[in-house]
This record gives sequence, C-alpha cells and structure tokens, in this order.
Amino acid sequence: MRKLLIAAAIASAGMANSALAQNIAITGAKIYTQTEQGIVENGTLLIRDGAIESISTDSNVPDGYREYDASGKVVTPGLVGAMTSLGLVEVESWAGVVDASVGDASVSHSGAAFDVSYAINPDSTVLDVSRIEGVTSAATTISYTDYLFQGQGSVISLGEDAAIIKPRAFTVLDVGGNGAEHSGGSRAALWVTLEKLFDEAGGLSEVPGLDTVWEGLNTRADIEALQRILSGDMPLVMEAERKSDILQILAFKKRHPEVKIILMDAAEAWRVADQLAEAGIPVIMNPEMNLPDSFEAIGASIENAARLAKAGVKVAVGMETHNIRLATQHAGNAVANGLSHEEGIASLTSNPASILGVSDRVGSLAAGKQADVVIWSGDPLEVTEYAEQVFIKGEPIDMDTRQTELRDRYQNFYGQNGKTSQYVQP
Amino acid sequence: MVHTRTSVTAALAFLVPALLSGCQSTQNSGKDSEQATQKVSIDTNPYPSTYTPVKGQPTVITNVTVIDGVGNKIDNGMVYFAEGKIQAVGEDITYPNDARVIDGKGKWVTPGIIDNHSHLGVYPSPAIGSLSDGNEMTKPVTPGVWAEHSVWPQDAGFARALAGGVTTLQILPGSANLFGGRSVVLKNVPSRTMQDMKFPEAPYGMKMACGENPKRVYGKKGGPMTRMGNVRGYRQAWSDAQDYMRKWEKYESEMESGKKATPPKRDLDLETMAGVLNGDILVHMHCYRADEMVTMMDMMQEFDYQISSFHHAVEAYKIADKLEQNNVCASMWADWWGFKMEAYDGIRENIPMVDKAGACAIVHSDSDIGIQRLNQEAAKAWSDGKRAGIDISMADAWVWLTANPAKSLGIFDKTGSLESGKNADLVLWTGNPFSTYTKAEKVYIDGGQVFDLNDPRMQPQSDFEVGQAAQGENQ
Repeated sequence: MRKLLIAAAIASAGMANSALAQNIAITGAKIYTQTEQGIVENGTLLIRDGAIESISTDSNVPDGYREYDASGKVVTPGLVGAMTSLGLVEVESWAGVVDASVGDASVSHSGAAFDVSYAINPDSTVLDVSRIEGVTSAATTISYTDYLFQGQGSVISLGEDAAIIKPRAFTVLDVGGNGAEHSGGSRAALWVTLEKLFDEAGGLSEVPGLDTVWEGLNTRADIEALQRILSGDMPLVMEAERKSDILQILAFKKRHPEVKIILMDAAEAWRVADQLAEAGIPVIMNPEMNLPDSFEAIGASIENAARLAKAGVKVAVGMETHNIRLATQHAGNAVANGLSHEEGIASLTSNPASILGVSDRVGSLAAGKQADVVIWSGDPLEVTEYAEQVFIKGEPIDMDTRQTELRDRYQNFYGQNGKTSQYVQP
Repeated sequence: MVHTRTSVTAALAFLVPALLSGCQSTQNSGKDSEQATQKVSIDTNPYPSTYTPVKGQPTVITNVTVIDGVGNKIDNGMVYFAEGKIQAVGEDITYPNDARVIDGKGKWVTPGIIDNHSHLGVYPSPAIGSLSDGNEMTKPVTPGVWAEHSVWPQDAGFARALAGGVTTLQILPGSANLFGGRSVVLKNVPSRTMQDMKFPEAPYGMKMACGENPKRVYGKKGGPMTRMGNVRGYRQAWSDAQDYMRKWEKYESEMESGKKATPPKRDLDLETMAGVLNGDILVHMHCYRADEMVTMMDMMQEFDYQISSFHHAVEAYKIADKLEQNNVCASMWADWWGFKMEAYDGIRENIPMVDKAGACAIVHSDSDIGIQRLNQEAAKAWSDGKRAGIDISMADAWVWLTANPAKSLGIFDKTGSLESGKNADLVLWTGNPFSTYTKAEKVYIDGGQVFDLNDPRMQPQSDFEVGQAAQGENQ
C-alpha cells in the first residue's frame, strides 16, 4: 500500500510541470479571495496549469476539469507562514545539526551574510505536517545566532520540493534586550554598532575586491547583505517588544527612509500603533502573547492585534515552526479579542505575502497567481474545523503524513488487540 | 490494578499521618504523642492551607447548556449553588426565592477547569533569572524540595488563567531531576500568600522526570547520562526510602516496647518518597516515550507504589491499553510535537485514542499561555478524534479538563464535576466552549465569584502590574 502511494505521488509530481497537469474546479464554496473581489459566496474557483484561472459565481464547470464539491465549505488561499524555521530544523533540541541556529562562523562579523537558501531540506517531516493543515508557503529563517543579525531568510513553498519562492527575502535583527546582549549588553552600544555597520556598507559603492586590503567593521560577505537592506531591496525585520525600542525603530526609519522595515514580536506595539501606521511599518506577531513576560513586555495585551489593525497597521500572524499549523488558532483568538474576522484571515494569507514581498505569487486568489488553495471544513479560525484538501501549485497534495500513518498504525493495532503484542503487520 | 501495601509501608503510615486532614488535627496528634511517650514525631503539614472562600450568595443559572464534567450534557438546564456547594443540577430544579438568578440563555456552564501541570508562580512572568524558581538543578534527586516554597503569588499568569476558566491548578517543580520535588495544588484565587491559595486537604504530589531532560542536564555533571542511568537513580532512591522507613519502623517499635530509642535523622528527600510509598503523596511523572512509560510502570510494581499520571505522554497512544490496565492517567497536550526527540512521534489523536482505550485522559498545559485556553485544547483533540472515527461527545471530552485531572490530584471527591455536594467551582461561558470565539464570562470558586468578563473590578491584577507605565490588560 505504501509503495503504491509513493508510486502515485511520484506520478503526480511528474505531471505537475507537464501539459497533463490537472485542471481543477472547486465549486459551491465561500471563497476568501483576499483581493478586491472580496468574499465570493457559493463561488467557483478554476485552476489551470497550476495557476488560478478564475473565481466566479458561475456554477457551470467546463469540460476537462476535475470537480471538488465544496458546498457549505470555505476556501482560502494557502496560508503563508509569517516567520518560521521550516525546512531548517527536524527536531530542535539535542538532535544533531539544526540549520536554524548559527554559532561561530568566521565569514561574518555581524551575522548579516548567513543565507538559509542553501540549507532547506524538502524531506523534513515538519513540512508535510504543516502543509496538510493549510500552510502552503512560509518565511523561513535562522532563529538563533551568536551574532547581531540572524542572516538572510527565504520564502519557500511547502510543496514536495520545498521550492524557494524568494531567496534572501529578508533579514532578521533583534533590537531589544536579546539583541543588546550581542552588542556589549546595552542598547547604547547596539544602535551605535548598527549605524556604523550601515554607514560603512552604505559608503561603499561596491564590495571591496579580493585584490584590495579590507579591514572594516563588516566582512565582505556582510557588506553585500547590508547594501541590499539599505537600498530597500531586502526588508529588515526588526524584533522589539518595548515601546521605547519601537520608537527607536521609527527613528531609524526616519534616518533611513529607503529601508523597508517589518516589526516583529512587538508586545507593546499597540501603544504606538498610529505612528507605525503612519510610517507604513507592518507587524508580525503572536496575538496570544498577553503576559508581562519581561520588563520589555510589561504592556503586553491580548488586544494588541486588534488595536494595531484598527490603527491601520498591517498585521501578520504565525510565528512558530513545528506548530505553525496553529496559526489559525492564534488568529482566531485575535478575532475573539477584537480583530475583525476579515483581518484575521488576511493576517494568515495576504498580509504575510505582502509583507514578505511575494504577494505577486501567493497569499491571494486571483487569476494568474500560484494555485495554493485550501478547502476548509468550515471557518478556518475555529479550532474544531480543519483543512480537508490542500492544493499547492494546483496539485491536490497527499493528505497523509508520518503522523497520520502513526495514528493509523496504532488504531489498526488496537483493532487486533488481544491477538498479539507485536505489530509485524499492524 | 489495586496495590496492596506491604506490611512495612502499612506500619510506617505514621510518617505521613493524616495528610489529608486539616492542620489542626495533625499538630494536635504531634503534641499528644510527645506528651504521652516523648516520642519524636513529625509534623507532616507545617505549611498548612489558610484558604478561605470568597463570599458568595445563593445563585441559580437558568436556561443554560450544562456540561457536568462527568459525561452528561443538558441542553436547557439549570445549576443551583449555595454555601459554597453545588446544590442541584438538572432540567427543572427547585431553588429558594431569594437566590440570585442568572439567565444563561445561549451560554454554557461547566465545572471549573483543572490544570494538573502548571509552573505558574515558580516560573512566573516576568520570566527572568531573579524569579526563576522551578528547577532545583543541583543534583538529580531532590524530592525534598517543595514547589510551594517557590510560588510567587504575584505572577500575572494566575489571573490570566482565571480568565480562561481555570479554578484549580497543580504547581509542579520542573523536569530536570529524576525526583524534582513536591507539587502543590492551589485554588486560583488572587492572594497574598501561597498558603491562602492552597487547596485544603489536597494531597501533595511528587514530580519525577523520565528520559531526555535528566540525561541532558546531568550527562556531563556526574550523571545520569543515559536512560539506564536514570532508572538506576530512581531505584537506588526508592531503596533508600525503604531503608529509611525501616529505620523509623524500628524506632517506633522500640519506643512502643518501652525501650529508650534514638530517632533516625530526618531526611527530607526520603521523607517525601516515604510519603509516596505510603500512598499519601501522588506521583506525577514527566514521560514522553511509550517504552519508557512501561518501564516506569514496572518500577512502580517493583517498589509497590502508584503513579497517578504520566505528564506530556506524547506516545501514550501507543500503550493506552497498558495505561488502562495499570490505572495510570496520561496528561497530554492536544498537538505539541517534535521540539525534542522524545516528542517526535506526537500525533493529534493522542488524547482521544487514550480515552477510547478506557484509560484516564487529561488535557494539561505546562504553559502560561496554553493554560488560558485549555477549553480550545480539548476542542481540538475532540475534533481530531472525531475525524479519525473516534466518537466522543463534547460532554465526555470535558472530562479531560475536570473530572480526570481532579482524580489525578486526589481531589475528585471535592471538585471536578457539577454534582450535588461538590465545591461550587464553575464557569459560565459566553457560548459553546469548544469554539475559538467563546470566553469565560463568570468564574466561581467555592461559590464565590472571582472573575467577570464584563466588570474590570472583577479582573484581578497582580502587584507586579500595579502602577506600571503600560498596563496591558486593564487599560
């Protein structure tokens, strides 16, 4: 049976890029397009050659389309994991190399140069477990370094080949207490270090060649990354919780208006929501974070997401790796605490896609976009509802994983209980 | 499986006498014995509960969907409580005219949630070194430390958990050690001292930990560095506890026969373990892997004690039948997995599969965020089970949140269900608590109201949060 499944999977993977790719019609659903088309009730979504063809209320299915009857169900774009380490980690603690963590690496002084696009493992079981629950693409990056910057993250697809949608898509930088720890233990050193690093990189018209002597603050590898940040080519994700740190980020934005800044974590962001909206700085956050977890998060509030969105700040939800599938629950709880349901869905789809610079391909359902689509049993933000079928690049994915197979193995074992304690053929 | 105590443990019941009774009787018995025989006796309850219930009034909730915590659901029911107790539950019950009437139309009422795995107070917010008091990581066997001596009642997490309908919680030491220390069961009432929160007459628990954590913490610090090393550590300590009990038995019998005897030196570590061997202290054991849990149940037989519950129990679904046979509960997350090797085989159907096998399934949090929404954790597990063909009603699933954890803590005679005579620990929810959007509207402990969603004065704020420049929850 397993062999047959693998054979089928290979066959379907082989077809993905061929002219034989399935054309698919999903009918009868409530479709969240995450475009100006809004929510289409009783809609028909057509997928052709791996891309969205159309969304309409025309219930006639053209010839040659495989139909999925989604009457009474909900369809959304595939979820976009806002910040994860998917593909970089199988088991985090004490289990071999974890590519989401960097210790001593002489190529970089500040960590800016590291690049996870070399490190993605498409066979990671964490990808399978996440994608059957509706996560079809994700920002993935280093979660810990001994350095100031956490290197350059990628946006990946959660399809079988874990294709990179956008390499070197963003850089993460903690400007709160943890970041200060890597800069002498004080923000007084952290910000001067940052400015000097950027000044130096910005002052160079090009990366010094190997034939010149270079003894700067940055390594050659770091300079290139910082220059891309300065030009606005690569967004800078700045982590901070406390209000004063966020104000420093706003001041940094004024000094470097061309830098695209994304705020992350942001427990006290609601206190400066209007200023963030005015500066056009979006926020990636966990809306359930409501405890004074540190002296930097004294003002943590369960209404953080709602207040930010109300002020006009673009909010993205989903900051886990093994548990990225719980982003829907996190967004649902934001909705339970004041965020509109529409914003709740957007925080999982169109908002992270836009923040990460990949909205031309994923995060919404519009003609020409990559057909990452989820059919949900009901409201995706309800903990009791679930993804019934997920499509990535127009292909219905195999909804089995290592976890469902373990479940079936033991359900079958108990079904035969009393006969044997072995499971040679469970 | 019912354990028969050995004659040794039965004879040594004095070591932890009357643990379940109040402090007064224990202290008296200690004095009496000293006066009568000059015999050294141990006060087993030196930090007694000083809890007093919040004042309540006779209250009836009408027109409400009732889940009673022992598997029953009444669609249009009533709950009447007074004098701190549940007085009646049903479709049509009688209640006094002067009772306060709450119209529960569209709402649900359940027993208060019981989290049997919390580190609130010992790992409080803010999570800083100064306040990190949950793991006595100095040597692998420290059953003599008591979590209650670390609990900081000003942890804002208590109030947040209350807003999630948690009325009772067990505070455990962390999982670095083979024997981590004693737990304490608290009522989730905002108080100045731990003792004011201490659940009257709740037995103590003892935390033990399997597998990866002790290996990792002690592997390069003298051991244990392997699972076999862990087991040697447990067994040696149990043997030492048996030896310790025999010394006290000898002392006791010599005193009784009129000889002049010297009492053994008190050993606080072995004293706690002796309490377990007596059956007075309940074992709560951090274990993930199926094979390892079975080894632990063998060890339980070897030394003749009962494990109350495995905690985390990510692989419980693999041995649900054996848990049922050994009468050991499994306390589980709905879906956490993969963060370490012993969590790699986590599946979403763990809780319902354990339930289906007839074993005692519990939803626990081990998290200051997760404890705020245990209803959603149960809802996920219920839904996952249903998808896998395990037909469990919502009413039966709620047992994972109240009756079963109460049993694991030895307090099911007092709380954990809406049955006449039980403590009036209950939650009125804004709707179906299996929905993401539902919140706890009113929370009662012993019939006194301790939380109200719509009244900021009834939303406790810890001392730590008072007067801060930003106050996140109570603007």
